[in-house]
Amino acid sequence: MRAMNNLPVIKTTCPYCGVGCGISATVDEKNRLVSISGDVTHPANFGRLCSKGSALGETIELKGRLLHPQIYGHEVAWTEALDKVADIFSKTIAEYGPDAVAIYGSGQLLTEDYYVANKLMKGFIGSGNMDTNSRLCMSSSVAGHKRAFGSDTVPGCYEDFEQAEMIILIGSNAAWCHPVSFQRIQAAKEANPVLKIVVIDPRRTASCDIADLHLAIASGTDAYLFNGLLDFLSQQQALNQAYIDAHTEGFTKALQVAASNRLEQVAEKCAVSVEDLRCFYQWFTDYEKVMSLYSQGINQSSSGTDKVNAIINCHLATGRIGKVGMGPFSLTGQPNAMGGREVGGLSHQLAAHMDFSKAEDIDKVARFWGAQSIAQKPGLATVDLFNAIAEGKVKAVWIMGTNPVVSLPNADKVKRALQHCDFVVVSDCIANTDTTELAHVLLPAQGWSEKDGTVTNSERRISRQRALLSPAGSAKPDWWIISQVAKRMGFASAFDYQSSRDIFREHAELSGFENNEHHGLRDFDISALAAMSEQDYEQMQPIQWPVNQTYPQGRARFFEQGQFYTASGKAQFIAVEPRLPVNAPDEHYPLILNTGRVRDQWHTMTRTGIAPKLNQHKPEPFVEVHPIDATTYALLQNTLAKIESRWGSMLARVQITDSQQLGNLFVPMHWTQQLASQGRMGPLINPVVDPISKQPESKHTPVSIEAYHPAWQGFILSRQELALADTEYRVTIKGAHFYRYELAGDSARDDWRNIISKQLVDSVQWQEYQDTSKGSYRAARLIDNQLEAVIFIATDNNLPERSWLSSLFAQPVLSLNERKALLSGRPAQGIADVGAIVCACFNVGEKTLQAAIKEKALKTHQQVGACLKAGTNCGSCVPEIKALLAKA
Amino acid sequence: MKRRLVVIGNGMAGMRTVEELLSAAPTQYDITVFGDEPYGNYNRIMLSSVLCGEKSLEDIVINSRQWYIDHGITLHAGTDKVVVRIDRKHKKVYAQDGTVAGYDRLLIATGSKAVIAQIPGNDLDGVISFRDIFDVNKMLSYSRSHKRAVVLGGGLLGLEAANGLVLRGMDVTVIHNNEVLLNRQMDKPAGTLLQTQLEQRGLKFKMAAKLKCLEGDAQGHITTACFEDGSQLACDLFIMAIGVRPNMALAQDSGLYCERGIVVNDTLQSYDPSIYAVGECIQHRGDTFGLVAPLFEQAKVCANHLSAHGVAEYITLPTATKLKVTGIQLFSVGNFLGDEQSESLHFTDPALGIYKKLVIKANKLIGVVLYGETADGSWYQELLEKQENIAAIRDTLIFGKAYV
Repeated sequence: MRAMNNLPVIKTTCPYCGVGCGISATVDEKNRLVSISGDVTHPANFGRLCSKGSALGETIELKGRLLHPQIYGHEVAWTEALDKVADIFSKTIAEYGPDAVAIYGSGQLLTEDYYVANKLMKGFIGSGNMDTNSRLCMSSSVAGHKRAFGSDTVPGCYEDFEQAEMIILIGSNAAWCHPVSFQRIQAAKEANPVLKIVVIDPRRTASCDIADLHLAIASGTDAYLFNGLLDFLSQQQALNQAYIDAHTEGFTKALQVAASNRLEQVAEKCAVSVEDLRCFYQWFTDYEKVMSLYSQGINQSSSGTDKVNAIINCHLATGRIGKVGMGPFSLTGQPNAMGGREVGGLSHQLAAHMDFSKAEDIDKVARFWGAQSIAQKPGLATVDLFNAIAEGKVKAVWIMGTNPVVSLPNADKVKRALQHCDFVVVSDCIANTDTTELAHVLLPAQGWSEKDGTVTNSERRISRQRALLSPAGSAKPDWWIISQVAKRMGFASAFDYQSSRDIFREHAELSGFENNEHHGLRDFDISALAAMSEQDYEQMQPIQWPVNQTYPQGRARFFEQGQFYTASGKAQFIAVEPRLPVNAPDEHYPLILNTGRVRDQWHTMTRTGIAPKLNQHKPEPFVEVHPIDATTYALLQNTLAKIESRWGSMLARVQITDSQQLGNLFVPMHWTQQLASQGRMGPLINPVVDPISKQPESKHTPVSIEAYHPAWQGFILSRQELALADTEYRVTIKGAHFYRYELAGDSARDDWRNIISKQLVDSVQWQEYQDTSKGSYRAARLIDNQLEAVIFIATDNNLPERSWLSSLFAQPVLSLNERKALLSGRPAQGIADVGAIVCACFNVGEKTLQAAIKEKALKTHQQVGACLKAGTNCGSCVPEIKALLAKA
Repeated sequence: MKRRLVVIGNGMAGMRTVEELLSAAPTQYDITVFGDEPYGNYNRIMLSSVLCGEKSLEDIVINSRQWYIDHGITLHAGTDKVVVRIDRKHKKVYAQDGTVAGYDRLLIATGSKAVIAQIPGNDLDGVISFRDIFDVNKMLSYSRSHKRAVVLGGGLLGLEAANGLVLRGMDVTVIHNNEVLLNRQMDKPAGTLLQTQLEQRGLKFKMAAKLKCLEGDAQGHITTACFEDGSQLACDLFIMAIGVRPNMALAQDSGLYCERGIVVNDTLQSYDPSIYAVGECIQHRGDTFGLVAPLFEQAKVCANHLSAHGVAEYITLPTATKLKVTGIQLFSVGNFLGDEQSESLHFTDPALGIYKKLVIKANKLIGVVLYGETADGSWYQELLEKQENIAAIRDTLIFGKAYV
């Protein structure tokens, strides 16, 4: 396909969340430019994209990429780097056994990469020590599915959103984290106003925008809520007894445990009103087509697996599963968390939805792979794995495409563990991350836009991610890197892959290997794809697994007939004894810290942080605080606060909001030390995991908060990137044509002009403002009336909004008025100040919106869109626009 | 019968008082005005503009002779109409040519005289001051026939004279006894910017200079300015612009109480209740005056009392400075040097030639220097006069009213 300008158009898949949106990319290889639009034919998004996906074109620059292999900081040839990795891994295994090495992978890896990594570790090195960051994200869902269904199966699909009568979002801010699915739900509601939307979340998030009911339950009480629901259904005689009898086991025990709390007690436990709770239960009772969409609010818990089963219990008890418009539905966090699960990327899994629990499965896989020394038992799950590294039990680790120094609980311990580890290999596409800093060997992997393979989204749909551009530097596909190391370790015949298609075919073949009534049935079966030609693979269309003889065109839903993958073929009720989070707040750490994503960032920002557009919405690490807590702890809006737990601390900017519960704080999970000197939330998070899924309890850590009063604070905007000596607080934000540095420090300094001058060419003009007794210093640096840098330093927090100053960097020259206004930080009256950017796609600011709403008496976000275009592209900002409309 | 008001001095202070009086009480007095220049009333401040050719003499006339006629004012104008005696006992004034006028109220507005440096040669031909139309005409005539001029004094008047003469084609050097130009109105950074800008316009400067004497040729015409350090400057024209002092000889001769000027109270009344005085000839609460703004304020108060309204009191407010050199914007007011208790805000953009300094004490603006950008001068002056608390607007104060 070709675009109007005769450039090739390539269909690929977005590398961000688990929605798995299709993308049509118009590729200008010569200028390394990619223009992104939604693929209107892709069933996950039908052409829609969120702000992150829309900005992918801004993230493919070569700056900051890891271009060549490095050993101990020196660039080396691939052969040397691969030899080194193979050599050290082999020696370590020879000396200390296979469990002394490990691979830590990522939901960003393509299925083919994942497959090869897993095969190497579990099949040929012979250790279960292959885990992945999906452990932080999905493992409670995996475990819950496995317990209930006997398989890790997502029963439904996205089409069910349009068919449902009621959609429950549980522990999911889909509006920000799965925006395109959210918009699909929003559209379904607009088309069918009868559709009930219930949001269950301690926070009032942007997703509540379309909710008929928001249950702001106390943090961690979800299992009480769904146990209460099971009891209520029973009380109301709303159970599907026939289904329970025919297709399930364990109901009586489950109900018995659930019935220990009645509605009033549940309301008290969950800290919601009896009326609201009854309303939710009644709706669940009344509507047949109910979908329960859940995400990290459920999974990231010390009882996450139980919570998943408490939800599934309610669907099994009403027989609402495997049918159109109903069922439990896990919204996966990562683009290929599902693919990782398919290949067996978690340490307790083996391959192709087989694990270590059945000896015959181990044998099956060993025979298929021809692997003599296949691992016989599960390896270490993430948190234990890094503990083992810290204890010196795991001596060599290979981290692929993830940033655990930022994302893991007790992250400072993780950092120390890697600092002391004998051998750390990191494959990544980005040169400087908090984790690559600690690597002994760095291997440049191809990133999105270069790599080629498949990913699977939340609804089991396998889509192709295709190469758009030639690789950066000498970057290689992950599967190639792993295979090369495997060959050097003596496993050449098992890793003789020529392309990602070779691997996919093998993976597909394994999925069908002895997968039948006779040998035992498995849900994951894509054997019909095992014979794909190179051309078939190239042209492969998105398809939902299973894809086999029975379902050659894929399958939308599982369990239509009530047949499950347990030994008995029946679904299992799990008797769930609700447990509160492990660490309760106490007098020293009286508040509960919740964590999560923000709208325009992804994971540790190594990609989204490159896109200026995406850095406008929430440019700095922040902490959301309830107004009363703000008063109690003497916190002021937009000032800095120190948050501390028993494990670590961070600094963040205070955002006071009643969308937060009293006693609860929220911080974003994204910031790294590279971007924010003290903005990592990982170090605070309690290293507590679910006993079954081993998923960390990232949503609940007791903390304290206090105002941080620096001696000075300020910011620098600079056209050129600056190497600033670390101050107590530093956040780096990449903007369009400029870098922004938010700064604060404990000891006064007055050499700002020198600090900046030293790094930049001179023969320039400086403008300066000084209020010495107040400790204010401001300066601007100009070349031929083009703005090069501005500095604002003050002893208080009375600093101007950054938006107007930032916008000046887009101008080739400043007008005289603008130049004179620079150090006031705002335009003189009569010159527009757009305010904080709300719509990232069209750069529409809050003040522009407020003015238009007022002047033109706009009433709906559609009118706002017609007037300013805001909200008409990705739509992610519509809730904020609505909030502005409501305030107007 | 109407009462009689006699005004000695046809300058800006005296005539502004008359104008104020006419508007407050148009028929109260028969008014007689004595002036020693043969013109109606003109705007002395604009003489610089006449010198540099931006304005003609007609442009700067405030009140023509016809105006006096129209308002029934008897005008005695000319060098021979200079008043030489006041007979306070009989309430009469005598001009040089014998003209006599009796008064019920007398207003003395004799202005000031240029200070003449007390050095040898100060009486040579070609050594003049810059006070009136006569001086301007003389300078213009020199500029047509001579080349080199020296201006003594880097104050407002000296710089305006020097700028005018440069524009008239002369080679001009300003000699100044301080290191900083306009050191009574500007601080050093502003003075330096000003010097740079004026140098770009062709003015030359000899700073921190100590003049020793002036030398002339056989005809008694100036040729050279000689300095204490032995250096010399050749010149054809030498302008004294080192300040003015109140012209109070007539008042003193008539026995009025004078110190550095004619001493007046808050109603501008002298020690003789029938005699008022305004302008540069007076001394009020220890202050003498050289800029126009307080003069106009005095005129208003004085007219209020002459017209027997008798409620106004004169207080001296900080006066802003402006230099009348086209293209040069400077402004200062108040205590712009500050003291130990004061704080200051600075803004500089050297490439744009902008320098601003605000001096603050106890959250109030007490002094301002603006160079290169003076649009907000009057706003600052207002804040300063009203003693407004600026704490809340301090962070953007220096950028002007549009940012508050």
